[in-house]
This record gives sequence, C-alpha cells and structure tokens, in this order.
Amino acid sequence: MLARYKPLLIVLGIVVLIQLLLSLGGWEFFFTQLIMSAYYSLVVIGLTLLMGYAGQISLGHAGFFAIGGYTSALLTTIDLSGLWDKGTLSLLSSLFITMEQKDPYGNIIYSFSPWVAFVVAILIAVGVAFLIGIPVLRLKGHYLAMATLGFGIIIQTVLLGTTALGAADGISNVPDFTLVPGIQITDRMADRVMNYYIAWFFVLLGLFLIINLLNSRVGRALRSIHGNEEAANSLGINTSRYKLYTFVLSAVLAAAGGVFLTHYLGSIGPSEAGVIKSVRYVAIVAVGGMDNLFGTLLMGNLLNFLSLRGYFGTFDEAVFGIILIGIMLFAPKGILRIKGIKYLSSFIREKLAVFKREKEK
Amino acid sequence: MAFAFKKKTMSMGIKFLFILLVAVLCLSMGSQEQTGGTVKIGAIFSITGGASFLGSPEEKTATMLVDEINAAGGINGVKIELIIKDSGGSPEKAKSFAKQLIEEDKVMAIIGPSTSGETMAIKSTCDENKTILVSCAAAETIVEPIAPYVFKTPQKDSYAAIAIFQTMNAMGIKKIGVVTSNAGFGMGGKDQLEKYAPDYGITIAIAEVYDKGATDLTSVLTKVKDKGVEAVVNWSIVPAQSIVAKNMKQLGMKVPLFQSHGFGNIKYVEAAGEAAEGIIFPCGRLLVADVLPDNNPQKALLMKYKKDYETKFKEDVSTFGGHAYDAVMLLVEAIKKAKSIDTAKVRDAIEKVSFVGTAGMFNFSPTEHNGLGMDSFEMLTVKNGKFVLFKK
Amino acid sequence: MESNIVLQYILSGITQGSIYAIVAIGFNIIYNTTGIINFAQGEFLVLGSMIAISLASFLPLALAVLIACLATTLVGAALELVFIRGLKKWSPVRVVTLFLLIFIIPFRSGLFDGFPFLANMVFCVLIAAPIAAGIEFLFKRFVKSTSNVLRMIIITIGISILMREVMLHVWDEKNRALPFFTGNEVSSIDIFGAMISPQVLWVLGVSAVIVVGLNLFFKFTLIGKAMLACSDNKTAASLCGINVKWMVTLSFMISAGIGALAGCVTSPLTQTQYNMGSTLAIKGFAVAVLGGLGNSTGAVVAGLMLGVLEAFAISIMPNAYIEAISIVILLVILFFKPSGLFGSAEASRLKEF
Repeated sequence: MLARYKPLLIVLGIVVLIQLLLSLGGWEFFFTQLIMSAYYSLVVIGLTLLMGYAGQISLGHAGFFAIGGYTSALLTTIDLSGLWDKGTLSLLSSLFITMEQKDPYGNIIYSFSPWVAFVVAILIAVGVAFLIGIPVLRLKGHYLAMATLGFGIIIQTVLLGTTALGAADGISNVPDFTLVPGIQITDRMADRVMNYYIAWFFVLLGLFLIINLLNSRVGRALRSIHGNEEAANSLGINTSRYKLYTFVLSAVLAAAGGVFLTHYLGSIGPSEAGVIKSVRYVAIVAVGGMDNLFGTLLMGNLLNFLSLRGYFGTFDEAVFGIILIGIMLFAPKGILRIKGIKYLSSFIREKLAVFKREKEK
Repeated sequence: MAFAFKKKTMSMGIKFLFILLVAVLCLSMGSQEQTGGTVKIGAIFSITGGASFLGSPEEKTATMLVDEINAAGGINGVKIELIIKDSGGSPEKAKSFAKQLIEEDKVMAIIGPSTSGETMAIKSTCDENKTILVSCAAAETIVEPIAPYVFKTPQKDSYAAIAIFQTMNAMGIKKIGVVTSNAGFGMGGKDQLEKYAPDYGITIAIAEVYDKGATDLTSVLTKVKDKGVEAVVNWSIVPAQSIVAKNMKQLGMKVPLFQSHGFGNIKYVEAAGEAAEGIIFPCGRLLVADVLPDNNPQKALLMKYKKDYETKFKEDVSTFGGHAYDAVMLLVEAIKKAKSIDTAKVRDAIEKVSFVGTAGMFNFSPTEHNGLGMDSFEMLTVKNGKFVLFKK
Repeated sequence: MESNIVLQYILSGITQGSIYAIVAIGFNIIYNTTGIINFAQGEFLVLGSMIAISLASFLPLALAVLIACLATTLVGAALELVFIRGLKKWSPVRVVTLFLLIFIIPFRSGLFDGFPFLANMVFCVLIAAPIAAGIEFLFKRFVKSTSNVLRMIIITIGISILMREVMLHVWDEKNRALPFFTGNEVSSIDIFGAMISPQVLWVLGVSAVIVVGLNLFFKFTLIGKAMLACSDNKTAASLCGINVKWMVTLSFMISAGIGALAGCVTSPLTQTQYNMGSTLAIKGFAVAVLGGLGNSTGAVVAGLMLGVLEAFAISIMPNAYIEAISIVILLVILFFKPSGLFGSAEASRLKEF
C-alpha cells in the first residue's frame, strides 16, 4: 500500500533537499521562480493525466488556468460597497466571505475573500469543463486538437475584449491569499520559504489525487481507453464518462494553479490564456514522456524555471518549438527515456546498489 | 497494488534528483560580483511578442545611450551597467525579472516595462523593495496614486485627449465618432476621451472598440460614417492606425481623422501611404525635430538622438524609443544631482530634477512623478508624406 | 440598414472570406494526400509576403511576388522532406536538404566574411556537412517510424512556432506591406455606392484563379490525377506506379505556393507581421471543416459565408469579440456535423484521423 506513495515521498525529499541547499547556500532568490514553476506544474500534471493516461490532447489548457486566475483576481479586487451596506459587509467579513482591504489610494474596500473566490473559480472551471468536455471529447485527432485550441482562443478573446477584466492589461493589485491565519500565499521576500512549501504542498496534493485515481477503477479504465478505445467500449466500459472525468479533473488542477499563481504574483494578464502557453504545456508533457507523471513534473519545473529565469533570452518561444519537433522526432516517449540518460541513470543505480551492498557487509 | 510505475519509481526518483541537482548547481555557478565605480540599472522590455514594437526601439535606444555615456567617461566617473531582460509582454515574466534584478543584481533602478499591464504587475514589488522604477508605459494608474519609487516618462493620455479637443474647438467640430483598439492603450484613450469631451462641448456620437489585430475596419467605419460625424478620432497602436486611415478614404469619408499620440512613427505614415494625408494628431516634438524653430530648447537634443539612432540602427526613430531615452536621462540627471549612487538619495533627487527630454520639458516633484505638462504635446499633421506642425 | 452599407459589409466580407478560403484549400491539399492537418499553413502566407516585401525594394513587383512564391514553395518542400518524411529512416534527399538549410546559416550570417568567396564557401560547407550528417545519423539511429496523429499534430505545431520565430529574427517585429498592385492607398472603386480598394479586386481575382487553376490541375493533368489517386487510396496508388512520397512533397509545395501568393495579394490591405499566421490558420481550419475537410469547393463557399457573417456580426456586437465568431462556428460544426456542411457523413467516417 505504501509503495504507491513512495514516489510522493521521494518528490517531497527532493523538494526539502533543494530548499536546504538553496537556503544554506544563500541562493534564496531562486525560490521566486521555483514557486512559479511549481504552480505551473499543477497544469502540467493535470494535462499529463489527460494526454498521457487518457490519450486525449488539449491545446486549450491555458484557458482553464486563466479561468481560475481571472475569476479569483476579479472577485478579490472587486469593490462590493455598492452591493451591500457596511454592516452586512463587516458581518460577511467575520464569516470570511468578504475581506476588508485597502485600494491603491488607501481607501478601505470590501471584496470577496480568496477562499470564496477559490471555490467559485473551481466551480466555474468544473462547469466550463463539463460544458466543453461533453461535446469535445467525442472528437478525435485533429478535430479534438482544433476544438480545444479554439476553446483557448475564445477565452483569450473574451479576456482581451472585456474592460471589466482589464482587456490587454489584465488585473493587478490582487491581494495575498490567507490560507489559514498566519499562512498566506504572498510574494513577500520574508515568506519565501513558507511559500515554496505551500506551492509544493498543493503540487503533492494534486499528485496524490492523480495517483489514487490511476490506481482505482478509473485508472484501469483509462489505461484500457488509451490501449484501444473500441475494445474498452465493447467490454462495457463507459469510455466517454471516464474521459470526461479526467478532463474535468485536469481542468480543475489547471484552474487551481491559476488561482494560486495569481495570488502569488498579485496580477494576471491575458497572455496567460494564449495559444503559446497552451502549446507550451503540451510541449512539456511531450518532453516529460506523456504517460510519465514524474517525468513531466520534472521537465515542467525545469523548463518553466529556465524560461522564467530568462535564460532563453529572446529565443524563449523558439526553444519550445525546437523541443516539440525534436522530441516528437527523436524521442516520442520523452527525454527521460532517451538511451543515453537511461544508461546514465542505470549506471548510477548500479553503483548505488553496489555501495549499499558494501555497506551492508 | 501500486500502479504501473511501481517498478520505475526508484529509477524515476533518482533521475529526478540527479537532473535537478545538476541544473541547480550549474545555475548557481554564475555568482555576482560587486565592482566599484559602476551603477547597475536593470531594464525590462518586451523585445519579442505582441508589444515588440514598443520594446524593440526601447532596447536599442537604452543600449545606445548607455554605451555613449560610458564612452564619454560615465556620470561623474561612474559607469552604467545596463542589464536588459526580454519579458515578451508577459506580466509574470516581468515580475520574475524584476525580482531577479532587485535581489540578485541589486540594481539601483529598473527601466521599463514597455506595457502598462507589466508595469502594474511590478509596481508594488519595486516600491516595497525600495528600487526605483521608471516605466516606459503610458497608463496613468502607474503614477496615480503616487508610489514613492515609481516614475514614468511617456506623456499622460489625458493631455493628448485635451490637446485633441482644444484643436477641435478651434476647428468648430462638435460631433465626433471614436474608434479604439481593445488593447490597454486604446481602452485608456477611450476613457480619457469620454471623460473630457463634455468639458469642451463635444458629443461622442458613436464609440466603437475593435480588435487590436484587426486587418479591415471598413465595417466599423461604415457604422461611424452612418452617424454623420464631423470628425473621427482613432486611438490605437499599429497596424490599425494606418488601416483606419486607408479604410476611411476607401469609404469616401471626407471628415478629418484625429489619431492619438501613438501615431508617432513615420513608418505608419508610409504604411498608410496617401491615406495618411491630413491626419491630425498630438505628439511629442521628436518626429518633427527638423521643422522646429532653432530656438526651441529641445531641438538640439532631438536632432542628435534622431541622427545617432538612425545612423546606428538604419531605421526611423520612434517616440517609444524616446521614452527609454528619457528614462535613462532621468536617472543620469538624478545621479548628477544627488552626487551619489545610493538608491534613496537618487530617488529623492529625482523629485527635484528638471531637464529637457525627448518627450518635453520634465519637471519632477513629490506630487508629480511624470513631470510632463500640456506643452509637451504639439499638434501635428501629415503633409506630402511628412509630419508638419498643424496650424489652426 | 441602407443598401449601400449592406453592400459594403458584403464586399468586405467576401474579401476576408476569400483569404480564409485559400488558407482552407491549403489545408485540404495536404490533408488529402497525407491525412495531416498542417498547423503551419498560416505561416506560409506570412513567409511569402515577407520575402516579397524584401525583394520588392529592388525588383519589379511582379517579379518579387513570383520569386517569393517559388521560394516559399521550396521552403514547403524542405519542411516536408526534413520533418514529415523525416519519420522514415534514411533519406538522401533529407541529408541534402538539411545540408542546404544549415549551410545558409553561417553563409548568410557572414561568419567568414573576411575570407575570399571560395574559402568562405568551403568553410561553410565544412561546418554544415558534419552537422547535417549528425542530424541524419540521429534520424537514422533514433527516429521511430511509427506515426500517429497526435505526433503529427505536435510536429506541425512545432514547425509553425519555429517558422514564426525564424521570421522574427530574420526580419523583425514591424508591420510591413507590399505596395498596392494598382492605384494606391486612397484609390477606391464605387460599386453601387459601396467603396472598395482596387486591391480587393486583385484578391478576388487571384483567389478565383487559384481555385479554378487547382480544379483544372486535379482534373486534367497526370500529376494532378495521381495526387487525387493518393488521397483516395495510397496503397492502390502506389501499386499503379505512383510515387506516393513525392506526391506528398508536391502537396506541401502547392499549398505553400498558393499560400504565399495569397499572402502577397492581401499584404497591401492587411499588412504583414511575423505573428499573424496562427490566427489565419485557425480561421482557415474553421472554414475547411465547415466546407467538409478535403472538399475545396466547399471551402470556397464556407469561406465566403464566414467572411460575410463576420462582417455583419460587427453591426450587432463589439468588434473585439469578432475573432471568436469563427471559432464558435467551428465548435458548433464539430459538435453537430463534423463532416461539414457539404461533406457526406459516410465518406468522412471512412477517413482516418
């Protein structure tokens, strides 16, 4: 039973190790990009579930990320004073439904609290995912790719065209997300280490959900769908229902990533919903090896980290284009399964095993 | 029973650990060193992506100007080290880069970002960490309300709107149609136009918003034409500016076309060709430097910038590059005044600085973090494919 | 609504629609011979007009457009040879193409400019040859020749990103435009009260020529018939002695060529920027699906319909949302009648995706 969660413990171990390494080495500034990459990897693991395990491509996942981020940004920055009187607002505040905060001019305004915004964002994502998923998942191949791409473009068009959502400028001044008193998602430098663990807590939670799902009936059904959908169907597996559940779950993970990252950064812009972003997620899943949860997790964090650090300079998009083509041509099963790396890792494993044996002696 | 990756688990974990460790180690090799006699200035421009028409000339100008200053021996002997980052127009990258510049490079100031959305995303970061931000974006929310460490160099949108309305009053125009793009610049302009129109007794008969990437605006303009307006105001950036002009001529609309100060690039005139003839727009003096009278205080500076830029990059100078020019000059002037490269002292000095820039005469004060007045705009028009001063 | 305004909407819709139709036809040609949707179709239009704009500064316009179309055709061929045929093992054609592509980089970038021309060439060859050989070795050693749709989709998406970024770095981010073919920016023709630019007539004329020309090509020439045969049944076609591989290459060349031509004709009206290809591609795909994937006559009708619909939609909704209309239509069609308005459901079920 515990074996199932062993990879989670290993990930946790690595996360802690990196934190210790960076803190002791005085490289704490890396946390900013590591935290951002971690939130993006919520989208990545969701998409891995959809693409790798259920075999359905989605070129619109940035749309779900943006739905989460924008919903939360809008609800936590909107001024509710016009809607209810002050008494009601402070009453709602004590129930944690609304939250008192200062606008840029220093006036006190009431907005929805981040938890309310989070729940609403997730509900909207679930609703949209169902609405889109039911017809879209009947499609296959190019049609599915184009339909999901189209969904992403619609979301971006709406964001760009709506003044209430800030049009091309997006929404800024999004408040911090107080998870429980004392623990909040914020980009303040003093709370960096805490936020690093918050981010990875959510990623591990996502992984936990996915691993459980894959080991349940749903997981077995998904594998049969990926193997041969017709055969699965003829065995009485309701393939469309399982595909839909997977789609919704991956949308929820993407939206959650959007909510958290928006609160962390304090702003969101329409570029988050762009086609380029969706394609980027697909590229990451492809590099990680499609049906390799931990491979995509690793590559997602690595590539996003490098990109956010600005190491690719003005070639940021080009790098992802080359990665897409290169991976699909030379290593369709992901970069971690290329022979060289496989060899290297098995070499290390052997050495470790020898070392262990020596020690036991 | 565990799922299929049970067997792979250990190997995956090791791969994960190994690659991540190598990556982190490689990245941490590049450590920073403090050198004496230099001041570090960061720059975040969207050199690629949708806003590259802003970021590209800004990056070129800033590099050119800093090289020039350093070649001349620096500011009172202090050399500038410019660290440029390409944000691609994404707020999340702007934020990531701003933090890198502040924490790792320990810059004194950040120039840019190019767009308002990106600037708003990093405004509080810079202010909280007491790093000067000189934005090259137009939105008024950047300096309104004032944040101690945040400044900007482009003219305020409202001045452009007021300049347009004053000209309309002089021409006796009462009823206008407004078309704007859905980009931040366009939406901001629409707000300003709608806000100030009543003050000047002008009615906006129709206000249309179009997609910033639209390639044919005939249908939008047909709607405007239908309302029988006396003038059209277009508030957008490329390419719509030229397309509006072309489509109006194609539709046979004879009313004058006003553009925003975003029209400031002779390339757009070329793109619109003959259709650009007669367009009236408010603009800084950079583009009409050669027609300015010799006693204009800006003339010498503008001519020099224009000549340097055009010989170096073989392309026409634009007001956007000018914003970066002014941003660098503002810091240079402030450092001279403060006689120090201490961030807090330079910040205080900025609020006392007055200098001649490409956009106009800058006068900064604790209550004015843009520093430009109404006189920074000149009404221009297009005649024979060239910008000339507009005479009422 | 006054009649001249209605006419104005219709004409601007038809102009826009004929561009969509040409992009859709480009999709169809490649889809018919390979079963692949080429996501980089929109980039062919941009590349064609970019090349033409650069050439037009020192060549007569007609010649510039002609050379640009030919060059884009070659790029189409090269892409197919390297990336699509790349899925097969060992190909001498691919080595040569790779070599030429890589050769251009040091040669154009002026790496060895100080040396005499011949030495310059030799150095470039010395750099390019081992790299090309190396990549070919990678292909030969590692490429898995199993091809599936997901993989092909991702490869063509990668190609489109790559083309866009190459165009950004070769040219720059600025908007450019070809000069008007006849008249200039302000000349307009009065058609029953609707004002249109003469360039609109060029767009419509060229689109019509492309559609008619392609029809004649597929019906009356041997190569055209051979290509049709491939789209019907590849195995049977190759049994008849048709070289299916080259037909695929040819289909990429044709769709790149007509894409470039369309890009050149529309450039004066719409201007050209490096990143406008993907919008064109999604609209072109919407039109292709609307008309029935693979059906070029359907594409023309669907293109014009969508163009006119978009133009009229402007009078009832904010222009900012217009972009979404074609996509909403695409989604609706995909959900309810994936075979398109004019395609038969039976035939589309037989096609592999």
